[in-house]
Amino acid sequence: MADISQQLQEQVLQARNAGHKLNIVGGGTKAFMGRTADPDAGTLDVAGHSGIVDYHPVELVLTVRAGTTLTEIEAILAEEGQVLHFEPPHFGDGATIGGTLACNLSGPGRPWAGSVRDQVLGVRLINGKGEHLRFGGQVMKNVAGYDVSRLQAGALGTLGVMTEISMKVVPKPAATLTLVQDMAMEDVIHYMNSRAAEPKPITAACWHDGKVYLRLSGARSAVEATAEKWSGEVMESGEHFWRQIQDMQHDFFTGDDPLWRFSIGSTAVTPALEGPWLIDWAGSQRWYRGAGEIRKMEALAKAAGGQVSLFRGGDREGEVMHHLPEALRGIQRRVKNSFDPDGIFNPGRLYSWL
Amino acid sequence: MTTKPKVSKAELAEQFRAFIDPDFVITDDETMKPYECDGMSMYCEMPLLVVLPETVEQVQRVMRICNENAVPVVARGAGTGLSAGAMPNKEGVVLSLAKFNRIIEIDPLARTARLQPGVRNLAISDEAAQYGLYYGPDPSSQIACTIGGNVAENSGGVHCLKYGLTVHNILSVEMVTAEGDVVTVGSDGLDSCGMDLLALMTGSEGLLGVVTEVKVKLLPKPEVARVVMAGFDSVQKGGDAVGGIIAHGIIPGGLEMMDGHAIVAADDFAQAGYPRDAKALLLCEVDGTEEEVVEHIAQAEEVFRKLGATSVRTSQSEEERALLWKGRKSAFPAVGRISPDYYCMDGTIPRREIANVLTQMEQMSERFGLRVANVFHAGDGNLHPLILFDANVPGEFERTEAFGSSILSLCVEVGGCITGEHGVGVEKIRQMAVQFNDEELQQFHDVKAAFDPAGILNPGKGVPALRFCQEYRSLEHKQHQHDHTEAAHG
Repeated sequence: MADISQQLQEQVLQARNAGHKLNIVGGGTKAFMGRTADPDAGTLDVAGHSGIVDYHPVELVLTVRAGTTLTEIEAILAEEGQVLHFEPPHFGDGATIGGTLACNLSGPGRPWAGSVRDQVLGVRLINGKGEHLRFGGQVMKNVAGYDVSRLQAGALGTLGVMTEISMKVVPKPAATLTLVQDMAMEDVIHYMNSRAAEPKPITAACWHDGKVYLRLSGARSAVEATAEKWSGEVMESGEHFWRQIQDMQHDFFTGDDPLWRFSIGSTAVTPALEGPWLIDWAGSQRWYRGAGEIRKMEALAKAAGGQVSLFRGGDREGEVMHHLPEALRGIQRRVKNSFDPDGIFNPGRLYSWL
Repeated sequence: MTTKPKVSKAELAEQFRAFIDPDFVITDDETMKPYECDGMSMYCEMPLLVVLPETVEQVQRVMRICNENAVPVVARGAGTGLSAGAMPNKEGVVLSLAKFNRIIEIDPLARTARLQPGVRNLAISDEAAQYGLYYGPDPSSQIACTIGGNVAENSGGVHCLKYGLTVHNILSVEMVTAEGDVVTVGSDGLDSCGMDLLALMTGSEGLLGVVTEVKVKLLPKPEVARVVMAGFDSVQKGGDAVGGIIAHGIIPGGLEMMDGHAIVAADDFAQAGYPRDAKALLLCEVDGTEEEVVEHIAQAEEVFRKLGATSVRTSQSEEERALLWKGRKSAFPAVGRISPDYYCMDGTIPRREIANVLTQMEQMSERFGLRVANVFHAGDGNLHPLILFDANVPGEFERTEAFGSSILSLCVEVGGCITGEHGVGVEKIRQMAVQFNDEELQQFHDVKAAFDPAGILNPGKGVPALRFCQEYRSLEHKQHQHDHTEAAHG
């Protein structure tokens, strides 16, 4: 619960002067993500930079230091009957908000509630020159300057050390209910998308192992009326189920087989790969377990209108993120250089060439 | 910054005419005249020439030629922008995307639409309506403004409190870079690998690339929408009710506020039946399923009454809902009737500061001797003060600009920002120095250079040259001290 931003700034400047690299680490719960961290780089520990900076429940805006744990944030919001709309996955108790934004991780409600990137209003970050900068703000609408805050989503810390994050929060829905029914994989894509096209309070849609799960949340009367109209049994343990999907504690995610994440068109045909699938986000996010070669996976993802990443396991010395065309690589490289000209932060973590 | 162009106007026109229909390479002043400004007509400039390509390949060739010859390029949609972001550069080309006006595809099951950048915002919802779908962001100019411009400005609108801004409602953007490459950022999936370039592009005011195609998300049209109108006898009570309703757990589809001047002007114009003696009026739209709306409307009425509303009226029919909105939607032209000219500002503040800022604005209004009317998106704290002035009175526009600057500085001071949705453009470029320090502005310049090394895309907009900032900050500081002294003595 301290502000150690000055210390962090000094560490960045020291690394810069000495020509050293730095791996940014918060709670260390997402060490498995991205490419293998550079063993020669030092560690910049931001977990100590934590605490609530500003929270006005009426504003629905929260500002926290980047090393604050999700658990702490959610506890404080709960006291006011509010929640993080993007339902961040907790891969461990130490999971921080900074790491969550850097990895752009959002839970089962993402197609309706938006992602962590969607909720971010502003960040402070230390760039590779050791400058402590502030972008965005604490208001919902802000188009002054480029959206550097949301640019951080998915950058895996390669552009700077985030020190402070402002984000939108929402009231906890009054009622939530889950419907479950049997359905074959070939039928579920059409079903989930059709449901999502209805003006009903649907907030999650997932399929695994012959069953489709739909979550309804919002005003009690609306949730109950919709549950009555739609098919499916009310699932008593619904909340537990979604928590397991959110935190990847569900059986599907256990074991050492490589875990592939296909972020593709919601109505696209599921890639023809033998092995277990879990379909989330009403078809927009599909998880596959099994060995595979990234270039082949990319071709399948591209045919489905999207991208693939090797989320966990497999070969993490090679590329784990979808290949980019040369023009986009050039832009990403130059954007990286504009923040971190000496390549100090998380070298090679996102792409081998960045 | 761009260097001096290496070609003459005639040479450039000749090069363009080799691959673009010569009728759409415009070089004469008379035909170019309509392009001299956007919706912010106080700022005008004639371009070197105007070009209207019709294929992506032509856009690429235009960009390559301009990049090689250091010729500035200002991309333009419908020209409805309110910050002079599309004002031409006198040594540059206006690249109009007007011919890219086709809705390429609507996929009702996936709830997406593929659009050329010149498609009008409202045309998307009109076309999607047959599937029970619509496009969320609804800026006031939606009848005319284009989706390409919406991406450039990250446009919002009345309903963005619940449904988000442009950045929340697009899946991918195809763009031509300054160097003439075609790239797609984003995909049909919701998240893409790596740093979020789609977010960076959105709201970048034409400084990073030229958008040539946009894929947007569509939403199912709510079953029902109703609006609660609540009048208050003070701005303070009205402002507090904004926070009150949201704290209660209701996220309205739209939550708009008008002050006393705007209420009377709008009611004169639209005959909406507004409470004309009220000092603040809230329009709170609740949408969703039948059940949800009934439940939330009852709660909203109760919250407003508890917080001291002097009148509460809920629409009982679609006609009544339309009538109540008509006043709000026509508020700008309505205010236009009571003044020869008006200047629309766009600061955003935390909701809790609404009453405070409106009160201070009233005091400034007296000091500057200019009337101000307020009609704004209260739900997200996005103010639109309309400063009433007469451009024919010498010095009055300058006084208006100074008043506007003071309002924006106040917005930053209370924790807000200088622009919520209109963009920086030319108009607010000086105030950028109030919101950002030199290191932050330099970081913006460096990001720009990553996309546009030669600096040809919309130069001189969005981010100020650092050498002007110090001067402006010290001027502002002096003005601010003066304001405080005045207030203390007043």
